[in-house]
Amino acid sequence: MEKILNKLYTNYKKDAGNIISLLQDIQNEFGYIPEDAIYWFSGRLDIPASRFFGIATFYAQFHLAPRGKNIITTCCGTACHVKGSERLINGLMKELDLPEGETTTGDREFTVEKVNCVGACSIAPVVIINDKVHGKSSTDNLMKAIRKLKEKEN
Amino acid sequence: MKHDLIIKICMGTGGIASGGLDVMHAFRNQLGKKSIKADIKKHCSMHKVGCRGLCAKDVLVDIILNNVKTTYQFIKPYMVERIIEEHFINGNPVLEWVVSEDYHQFHDNQIKVVLSDCGIIDPEEIEAYINAGGYDALRQVMLTMSPGETIETIKKSGLRGRGGAGFPTGLKWEFCSKETSAQKYIICNADEGDPGAFMDRSVIEGNPHAVIEGMIIGAYSIGADNGYVYIRAEYPLAVERLRKALQQARKHKFLGKKILGKEFNFDIKVKLGAGAFVCGEETALIASIEGYRGMPKAKPPFPVYKGLWSKPTVINNVETLANIPYILRNGAEWYASFGTEKSKGTKVFALTGKIRNSGLIEVPMGIPLREIIYDIGGGIENDMAFKAVQTGGPSGGCIPAKLLDIKVDYESLASVGSIVGSGGMVVLDENDCMVNITKFFLQFTQSESCGKCTPCRIGTKRLLEILERISSGNGRDGDIKLLEDLSHDIKATSLCGLGQTAPNPILSTIKYFRDEYEAHIKEKKCPAGVCKDLLSYIILDQFCKGCGACKRVCPAGAISGERKAVHKIDTQTCVKCGACIESCKFKAIRKG
Ligand SMILES: Cc1cc2nc3c(=O)[nH]c(=O)nc-3n(C[C@H](O)[C@H](O)[C@H](O)COP(=O)(O)O)c2cc1C
Repeated sequence: MEKILNKLYTNYKKDAGNIISLLQDIQNEFGYIPEDAIYWFSGRLDIPASRFFGIATFYAQFHLAPRGKNIITTCCGTACHVKGSERLINGLMKELDLPEGETTTGDREFTVEKVNCVGACSIAPVVIINDKVHGKSSTDNLMKAIRKLKEKEN
Repeated sequence: MKHDLIIKICMGTGGIASGGLDVMHAFRNQLGKKSIKADIKKHCSMHKVGCRGLCAKDVLVDIILNNVKTTYQFIKPYMVERIIEEHFINGNPVLEWVVSEDYHQFHDNQIKVVLSDCGIIDPEEIEAYINAGGYDALRQVMLTMSPGETIETIKKSGLRGRGGAGFPTGLKWEFCSKETSAQKYIICNADEGDPGAFMDRSVIEGNPHAVIEGMIIGAYSIGADNGYVYIRAEYPLAVERLRKALQQARKHKFLGKKILGKEFNFDIKVKLGAGAFVCGEETALIASIEGYRGMPKAKPPFPVYKGLWSKPTVINNVETLANIPYILRNGAEWYASFGTEKSKGTKVFALTGKIRNSGLIEVPMGIPLREIIYDIGGGIENDMAFKAVQTGGPSGGCIPAKLLDIKVDYESLASVGSIVGSGGMVVLDENDCMVNITKFFLQFTQSESCGKCTPCRIGTKRLLEILERISSGNGRDGDIKLLEDLSHDIKATSLCGLGQTAPNPILSTIKYFRDEYEAHIKEKKCPAGVCKDLLSYIILDQFCKGCGACKRVCPAGAISGERKAVHKIDTQTCVKCGACIESCKFKAIRKG
């Protein structure tokens, strides 16, 4: 970890000291923002940790907890909403046994995230599974895709 | 016969989601086969193109054979072999896969300026843009016009900001150009946070160089030497194409030092947004680029006087900037000939929701709304009844059927309580509940409120709570009045545009759909059958065949019944998701 953090430190200095870019880099490396990384930079740069947390919690992009191996992003834009995204999400939570308020399954295989709009409204409702955009999704084909991913794991 | 053959495959986000890459591979593989004659291979070229608007019919493929263009829709890899065989080799297009009348109807009723090259040129090739006249405007401006003359032309064109507020672009540039600071900035706002809008994504994916050229011209006019594009991280393809385009522009010396041999240096950096709607607001966007929480500041001072790092800064929307090269190439008078007295030119809209031809459109300002819905959009999906169009996203309002003949321009929409906004247009039909839609927008604004000012932070929360109780059947007498009063207070006292406009969806739906609010509050009924707590699902004995389809899809296990016997829904366990209704082939399930 130390080595990676040192590398990021060098980039940060080059980038005229932008904390948002730094957090984006940290997340790119680790998949989330480890608390330790924040304290490391806080000490190294003499910037209070609260500033890092302030930014990390302000922007939806940042995650302070590790995420699952498979990331399922559901679009909650207006067009997706009127085309039934809520039902898709409910089905998804049920299939993955995710209680209200949780986003990552206990075995860290799946993370379900909601985003405001991915801007692919013509093919609503939209679900992104591991960076691949699926348009005109239905509960049926979504479940099929999830089960396929689950099988792959076993 | 000599073949002159061009294949263009739609590869915007929509095209790729529908399998555009696979189709491209299929063409490449099939054409690579030995059995294909060399003269076809030699004269054949294949290009990816950006979105041409009608993503609902993707993958769209243009075949231009000896200058005759044929467009295919819904193309899948397995179809490629037959297209090559019948169309390329024998010269007979596969008619059953060719686009239908509505594709032409969709396009023929539009006027394209910003989108004129989108879907036609390859966005990853600067040469394609240059061959279509790209960067001519930059040359013309830098070699023959002073910054003042350029600004004058933009002022004369009547172009107004396309990011939502509609501020005259030429005027904004003029203010900034008069500042004497040694350092100035130009920022392209590509944060496009309105849910239901994708104009800016499509422009960057389909023609990134137009935005870059617009920015360079802007920088030259105001005297900036640094630019930023602030773009959402949720648009990975747009980011990739933009970065590629910037590199190509640098290589061609349109960016960098001594551009076109003149004493003018300018370069552009890309900044990725981190997922906060409020960062689309210009002062919040500046804070975000500077590396802080994206919280708006009180204006004045306006960014043109005191913006990024406290230097004079012009912030323009993607579409605004993409208009610039076309205006300069064709003249201010030409641009001003489209549109109305006060709203000049054309506007791109994202037409989505319950509409047949859902997609990206560009129309002259002032076009009647009815033409957009029925001539371009082809009417309502599944022959349902039109209910309303939501424009302007969470800052906008709903336009009901009785106002369908309204003209779509800044002033007319404002006069009925909505806005043009950034260009989202979501069509709603009889199955949409206006209270639910309003609640949707308030959930959005409430969660995106940055929390800096009290009216917005607490006010949107209270509005949402009231809407939630109305939609769950706990609405009280006087709630409508309370919503209205609170809305007016929030509008009057919020710090930035987010709070000032957040109550708009409420005020406009109360104005036009008060009866729906009343039905929820007084009769505890949701007329459109959307609000879950006010619904129950039942199986009609006389229609149920006992096929078991509903039982299989029910996520809650609320449906029971033997095969071939009438099934039953346990209302206690039912989560009212509606999956059963969708699965029933016999229309035996009813909600009410
Ligand atoms: C909450 C909020 C969100 C906004 N989001 C955007 C946006 O996503 N894109 C945009 O171009 N303008 C957005 N704006 C408008 C900008 O503040 C600004 O007016 C605009 O970028 C100026 O460019 P223009 O004159 O070319 O329209 C937003 C404004 C507010 C109040």
